[in-house]
Amino acid sequence: MIIARILGTVVSTQKDERLLGKKLLIVRPINVDGTDTTGYVVAVDTVGAGFHERVLVVAGSSARLAQGMKDTPVDAAIVGIIDTVDITAPGIVKSSIVNE
Amino acid sequence: MQLARVIGTVVATVKNESLEGRKLLVVQTLNKELEPAGKPMVAVDSVGAGVGELVFWCRGKEASFPFKREDTPTDCTIIAIVDSNAHVTQGLKRGAQSSCLE
Repeated sequence: MIIARILGTVVSTQKDERLLGKKLLIVRPINVDGTDTTGYVVAVDTVGAGFHERVLVVAGSSARLAQGMKDTPVDAAIVGIIDTVDITAPGIVKSSIVNE
Repeated sequence: MQLARVIGTVVATVKNESLEGRKLLVVQTLNKELEPAGKPMVAVDSVGAGVGELVFWCRGKEASFPFKREDTPTDCTIIAIVDSNAHVTQGLKRGAQSSCLE
């Protein structure tokens, strides 16, 4: 799973019928220190995430295993809204992400 | 499957129902010399690993197999804890003894 930040929404009227009622969001993967990386992914939201929130994104066929995603044509799903990420291993500068 | 070091934890209160009760950890992939390689990822824990431990993990759909199949949406799961750094050895040329990395 990757940590990502929500950049925006996608509106699509003509879509596979199994995607009806699913919210599509554009997310950008971020590093564990909270800095942005490049690129983006369109992911289906399963938790009610909103703009600018840090979320957990699961990619690949596992995305279909999320509750409510069975048999949907999806390869990226938002499965959690992050409260905190704490990096505490010895020898690594302590850093953490906190969702405002 | 790859070796990794657990370097942190992730807390997410709001999550997909099928992830309820699962522990989320930040893991840093290691190369065969046990040095960090690549970017850290978030993994679901299936064995009770903790921060600082050497583990190995699998990616892709197989990552959901340790849990009830077709149930847990994860593409990255910690599936074993390595006993210690010294338990990671590399074979040398035929005739030579294999040696510990540390």
